Order: sequence, then C-alpha cells, then structure tokens
Amino acid sequence: MYNLSVPISDEDILQLKVGDSVSLSGVIITGRDTVHKWMFDTFIKKTRQPEADDLEIYQAIKPLLNAGALYHCGPVVAGLETGDYRFVAAGPTTSIREEPYQSDIMHHFNLKAVIGKGGMGPETLAACHQVPGAYLHAIGGAASLIAQTVQRVIDVHKLEFGVPEAMWVIEVKDLPLVVTMDAHNNSIHAEVKTRSMVELEKLFAL
Amino acid sequence: MCDLTHNFIELIRLTSTDLPPDVEQALTEARDRESPGSAAKSAMDTILQNVAMARKNSTPICQDTGTPIFYVQHPEGWSTQALREQIWTAVAEATTRTYLRPNAVNAISGVNSGNNLGDDAFPTIHFEEVKGDELIVDLMLKGGGCENVGVQYSLPERRLGAGRDMEGVRKVVLDAVHQAQGMGCAPGVLGVAIGGDRGSSYYGSKEALFRKMDEPNPDPQLATLEERLTEEANQLGIGPMGFGGETTLLGVKIKGMHRLPASFFVSVSYMCWAHRRRRMIVRGSEILYL
Repeated sequence: MYNLSVPISDEDILQLKVGDSVSLSGVIITGRDTVHKWMFDTFIKKTRQPEADDLEIYQAIKPLLNAGALYHCGPVVAGLETGDYRFVAAGPTTSIREEPYQSDIMHHFNLKAVIGKGGMGPETLAACHQVPGAYLHAIGGAASLIAQTVQRVIDVHKLEFGVPEAMWVIEVKDLPLVVTMDAHNNSIHAEVKTRSMVELEKLFAL
Repeated sequence: MCDLTHNFIELIRLTSTDLPPDVEQALTEARDRESPGSAAKSAMDTILQNVAMARKNSTPICQDTGTPIFYVQHPEGWSTQALREQIWTAVAEATTRTYLRPNAVNAISGVNSGNNLGDDAFPTIHFEEVKGDELIVDLMLKGGGCENVGVQYSLPERRLGAGRDMEGVRKVVLDAVHQAQGMGCAPGVLGVAIGGDRGSSYYGSKEALFRKMDEPNPDPQLATLEERLTEEANQLGIGPMGFGGETTLLGVKIKGMHRLPASFFVSVSYMCWAHRRRRMIVRGSEILYL
C-alpha cells in the first residue's frame, strides 16, 4: 500500500506498478465528459473562444492540476440551496469516454493521476509513460464509502454544467485506489482484455 | 384514490440506498469465490462495505442513480395521470433529499433540469392495467455506465459466426460480456431479450432484470441457457471491476419474445453489480415495500 499525497512527484509515480494499492490524500478536482471537452476545445485545440469566466477558471484550476489528480466523478451533493456543500455519494464514472482528450489534458496540465473506473486506452497509457502519470482505479459503485473520504468541498466551478458535470474542488483523505495503468506501459485492462479474448475464442470453438 | 407521493419517495429512497437481499447474497457469494489477497477480492470487500454503509446512512449506493424506471401495474379505475403526477413530485423531492442525483440532461441544449424531470421518458413510467385490487409498482435505477455497454445484435452476425439459433444467441451474449469488460461495473447481471423489434426487444431485456437472482427461468430451455451463459461468461476471467477474477457475471436473465420473419434481434442490457430494484405493493390501506 502506497500513501500518496497531492502534489504528486515523479518519484511517487515511477515507483507505482499495476496491482498496487494506493491511498490518496490532498486536494483534487472532479471532471468528466463536459469538462474534458471544454478543456480540450477551449485551451488545447482552441476551436472555441474562451467565454464568460473561462479564463478565470483556467487560472484557478491550473495550479491544482499541476502535479495533481483529476477524478472522473459526477457526485451527489447536498447543500445546493445554501452553498454549504457536502458530498453524499461520489464513486467513479466510466473513464473510457475521455480517451479522445485525456492524453492531451495530462500533457497540458502536467496531470499525474487520472482517477476513474473501467480503464483507458493506448493514448492515455502512452501519456502515463511520457508525463509520467498513472491511472488509479476507484471501485465503481462504492459511492457512499468514497464520499466518506471527502473531508470538505473547497470550491466548485462551472456549476451551470449541472451537478454531475461541474468541477468540484475537494480535499480527500485516504481515498482507496488500485493502480491499473502505470508509467511503465503496463495496463491491467489491456492484459485482461487479451486474456479474455483467448478464452472467448475457446468457447466459440466448442 | 389516495395520494401515494410519500410512498413513492420511500420506494425511491429504499431502491437507491438499500440493495435487494438476493443481490447482496449473490455479491457475498462472489466475494467468497475470489482468491485471498487478490485485487478482485479487495474490490468485492469494498463493494459489500459500501452496500452496508449506504443502508446505514441512507445514502445512494452509487452516485449514478440512473434513469428511474417505473413499472406500474394498476387495477381498473386508477388514474394513471394522477399516479404519473405523484411519481413526478416524488422524483423531484427525492432529488432534493439527495436520494437521486439530478440526471436529466436535455440532449439538445445540454441543460440539466436539476430535478430529474425531463420528458415523458425521463423518468420512464410504464403503466399496465391488471386484474385484482393490488397496485404493484416496481422501480429500477439503472446507471449510465452499464447502460452504455448494452448492445443489440441482429442475427445472423457474420463477424462472430452467429446464426439464427440458440448457438448464435450464445455467441453474441458472450461477445457482449467480452466487449463490456469491467466498464459496466462487473460483476453484473445480464438482461437478454431474444426477438421483438428494436424497441420492444430492449424493453424486454430490461423487464427480464426484474426477475430475482435465485428465481430460475420458467422455461426449462432458457433456464439451461441462463446457467450455461453465466458459467461461460465467468470462464472469461474478466472479474470484478475488470481486474481479472472468478466472477464476471452474477447471472443472466432471458426473456423469449416473438419476432418478425425478417428480424432476429438479441438485446443485451447490462446491469451493474449495484442492481437496484424494489417493489411497492398497495393492498387497501396496507403498503408493503419488498
């Protein structure tokens, strides 16, 4: 079991191997489908002009993502009326939908840890090697348990994207994760997919 | 007709926060099958801890509370319009109480309605008039991660060498499990419809998921196929969360339907391990939650 805290150093990342358990603490940001597309279109590919508070938010999240962690999560949040936010349920969402954006976002922000579920593809694995970074798998559906590791909600950006799609800045303590893609080109997801394909072919041949 | 809004809120709370006993039992058995010290075992331990915590704290088992899908069987004389309005009110209130995440996003504008009320299909409510004097309401919460790995095949399927017979059905179902890997939050439950048109077939695949884990298919041929598919899917070794392991599926539920001569659809709905379904029965003044 590795205890990691944000900011995460290159040494921290390089020691991680697939299958390792990690306990993560510190300030992280949630971001999923709308956030990835917004980051990519506005600040990386620049196919859309920054609008409204885009630049201000960019400046606010940059230092948090630098050597930081992005969590693919659309939480259930209490206190929406008062602004006294509290995470009620906060498991990971399926990460593969962010595959078209993740590699560029990791490079752009010097992102060290991508947290989600289900794993990601070859481009993200290559980025894990280059940045270096790691994909840390949270247990899908373990939402009540994970919410207990959220100590406080520090801020929220782009709440107009909707509660699940907003960027929630949260402080976590001992968030339980498993390394499933490391900086050394190993992916449990790729291995399992290949192995299960061999089994599938055997079953088809029966 | 009485106002059941509060009872619908309780049905939603129960469904979102407390897994049905048959599903929890299946998860416990799956945990016990994984090897000690494995990532799969650890994932199953976390899943079961989370189930207990959600029940104790009355908080959602999973943050993706999905599309609320209601199946309402009502006796003659009940107003479906009144029931629909009560369900809508209950869904909005359950969202305020954080039993549900605001999930209804207008696909054109991108705006989240904030209260889980979208259009006629969000929440989804099916009404059916039945004989007798009991009102039976089944609720299923099915999240987007597992909904996304659902798939519909049209047989024959050349890529898989799957023809228009039960062997073809077997091949496409196993392919669906392989394609899903851990992305639907394995170990899941498959709802499979054989036949129907594109719409009714998917609908049938979800309906099949209401059958309990320990309840075999009444059709012996399909019961055998369900068992075989579960066993063979587990031979794929995808395991909990796709970490590799013994249990990839908790079970398979099949519904046989009628098809057009030209069509042979096999629809697969993948339900994640957090198989949230509950039933409410209104019998006179008595209200039961199962």
